[in-house]
Amino acid sequence: MNTKNADAIIVGAGWAGTIMAKELTEAGLSVILLERGKEHTTAVEGAYPDSIDELRGAVRKRLFQNLAKTTVTIRNTIDQTALPYRQLAAFLPGEGVGGAGLHWSGVHFRADPNDLRLRSAMEERYGKKFIPKDMNLQDYGVTYEELEPFFDKAEKVFGTSGTAYTVKGKVMGDGNVFAPDRSSDFPLPAMKDTFSASTFRKAAKDAGYHPYSLPAANASQPYTNPYGCQMGPCNFCGYCSGYDCYLYSKASPNVNILPALRQDKRFKIIANAHVLRVDLDGSKTKATGVTYLDTTTQKETSLKADLVILSAFQFHNVHLMLLSGIGKPYDPVKNTGTIGRNFVYQTITTSRVWLPENSYTNQFVGAGGVGVAIDDFNSMNFDHGPLGFVGGSPVWVNQAGMKPIAAALGTGGHGTPRWGAGYKDALVDTYKHSLAIDAHGSNMAYRDVYLDLDPTWKDAYGLPLLRMTFTWKDNDIRMNQYVVNKIAPIARAMGATKVSLNHLEFGQPFDTRHYQTTHLGGGAIMGDNPQTSALNRYLQSWDVSNVFVIGSNAFPQGMGYNPTGTVAALAYWSAHHIRTIYLKSPGPMVQA
Amino acid sequence: MVKPDPTSTPKPRFTLPRRSVTSALLGTTAFWLTQPSTSVSRALAHEAAEAPYKPEFFTAEEYSFLTAATERLFPKDHNGPGATELGVPEFIDRQMQTPYGVGDNWYMSAPFQEGPANLGYQLPLVPRALYRRGIAALEQYVLQHYGKNFAALSAQTQDTILTALEGGSIQLHDIPGRTFFEQLRTNTLEGAFSDPLYGGNHNLGGWLMLGFPGARADFMDWVNQEGAAYPLPPVSISGQTA
Repeated sequence: MNTKNADAIIVGAGWAGTIMAKELTEAGLSVILLERGKEHTTAVEGAYPDSIDELRGAVRKRLFQNLAKTTVTIRNTIDQTALPYRQLAAFLPGEGVGGAGLHWSGVHFRADPNDLRLRSAMEERYGKKFIPKDMNLQDYGVTYEELEPFFDKAEKVFGTSGTAYTVKGKVMGDGNVFAPDRSSDFPLPAMKDTFSASTFRKAAKDAGYHPYSLPAANASQPYTNPYGCQMGPCNFCGYCSGYDCYLYSKASPNVNILPALRQDKRFKIIANAHVLRVDLDGSKTKATGVTYLDTTTQKETSLKADLVILSAFQFHNVHLMLLSGIGKPYDPVKNTGTIGRNFVYQTITTSRVWLPENSYTNQFVGAGGVGVAIDDFNSMNFDHGPLGFVGGSPVWVNQAGMKPIAAALGTGGHGTPRWGAGYKDALVDTYKHSLAIDAHGSNMAYRDVYLDLDPTWKDAYGLPLLRMTFTWKDNDIRMNQYVVNKIAPIARAMGATKVSLNHLEFGQPFDTRHYQTTHLGGGAIMGDNPQTSALNRYLQSWDVSNVFVIGSNAFPQGMGYNPTGTVAALAYWSAHHIRTIYLKSPGPMVQA
Repeated sequence: MVKPDPTSTPKPRFTLPRRSVTSALLGTTAFWLTQPSTSVSRALAHEAAEAPYKPEFFTAEEYSFLTAATERLFPKDHNGPGATELGVPEFIDRQMQTPYGVGDNWYMSAPFQEGPANLGYQLPLVPRALYRRGIAALEQYVLQHYGKNFAALSAQTQDTILTALEGGSIQLHDIPGRTFFEQLRTNTLEGAFSDPLYGGNHNLGGWLMLGFPGARADFMDWVNQEGAAYPLPPVSISGQTA
């Protein structure tokens, strides 16, 4: 094809897109990376002191998706009318170069081996009947052992700080006893514990649990990654989550990959390029390129390439597949099709612990990835037999830096005043003396929880919005309640004067008005069966073999851990097989 | 064919608040004055303290509602200053003149259809319209029931009305009372605790109350001091300290 604009076109300049661009340019391909948002430069808009501004940052949502252009509609059940998500609240996708990888916190996990083959592992231990009928529990089609070199590579690129438990089978130190074996240690030692985290560590240990330092892509020391990109040591300023790190201490595509990538003549990045569709040939089995709109000139451009990589945010990947006619849309009634199937979230609740008045938790001190966790109730690390649910939650103190507007908006409720004099007393006490403990749980996939195109609402470009059908299910509520109840004794051992346990209630619908997490998943999942997955184990579309779809859209169910580490490893895994297999012989890498 | 963006509206001009310029000058006095002059500093401080803020978006009547209501939401008490002293009404007026005032990152495409509360905000109104229509409807309600404007009522009666709004038992024409209340509460707390650059949090009074150090943003030695209180007072983006 001599008319092509590039060998590969990549959609979305977050972690997945920049990793794929780096790998493919290394393989000698010319790459155009399209990003619908604008360029983001730490040295300009992310610089101190303007970046240390809660109103401009997390509150007015400087780095997040502009819903005025495009959003989703949401409903809880299949018989409801979905309504537009008009104001950002429950989840906060990114926009612009760096994507959500610019404003993320930095918790950087490897997936638990059992979570990657959860149906098989649960059936082996508890029998087939243990899995509820309407739960679409599935394996990823790739194992931890296969992904290990790519988890390792991602940690070295991100400059991840942590404490290993075992390296090549040898116990190294005070790491997570439930963590799988590693081929090498973390590139940097663990971050220090905040006072809140060290208090939790001691109490959890005394209670017989196994506390460990959260693996953090916040640099505990100066670091230069394999691409020659440099990070400075984190000073716990507390402006990770929702911000671009002014110290270059939090890993981001902008700090850890793009400085190297931009040097490469085979690489070109185009910002303000909103991709409208992947163009397919008449057979609908081959992509010819993509069509995008330049949002500054309103001009539409079609680019041709041999290979198309979708690496936008989870649900934007699914949206683009549906708009482009890649694969068959999922139909929950007939239980056919795969695009939109297994849409998942995470089941997260935050409880609060108050310490005595002579203990100041200094909640403004922190880093997005820093903290102490226990995995005793995560994944399959405990006996589910008598409990009757699938899934689990790590429990942690992750003091990311609590700012005053967020603290003020969150104080009150549950029968306590949300304004007036009593409110101010509670706000001051809570800000100075309390800390948060999260149950950061998994969320399973169900037949009637899915993504499709909305019949009514359109985006600014005249295209139908994506529709989410999602609510909490009893399995995940039971899991959440079980794990949250384990927090109370730990809190008492921490010396709590008051504890507010927060868990989901049965029958409580998903509420779009309050932030829960941006860890959305599924909708275009990987697997070993084209009837139940959109992508094969290399994240290649079963239906259009020159399209790869990289992101948490590939997760068959929501894991308890934060997704970015697994997204990055899957990107490196997919890229490795594109480089070593696909490019030599383009076509399906797994026969359907 | 690409349709024009249905949500685009003329963006109001963003103007840096005059007071914040004054504060910025105050904060950096030591750097920009070749010979630090206490009389110049004093004159600037005097101007900052005395110049009454003139609302640009809100009418005088609306502003008097805003001043009274925000003070009840965030009253002066033993913890520290209330909304009035912190400049919260000024903050809200200034915010109405930014892109936020016209809901620049809200999805505002029709059709607008009410649904269950948990599916979120569904009104066709951006913040400016919510305030304009909400205050008018509320003052009408107050006049009917109490024969006075909101600001002229006792604090106790004002609290009764705010409680009813929060609980959803007052409907402000097409705006549910609860929606109006949440907008007002959110903006009030933003004004109390945002950087003084935006016209609220005067003299860093909000941050002093909480022990929040503002833009210090370097806690290398304070990661873990075994529960001791952080010792330094706050500093603002412009360098103002308290």
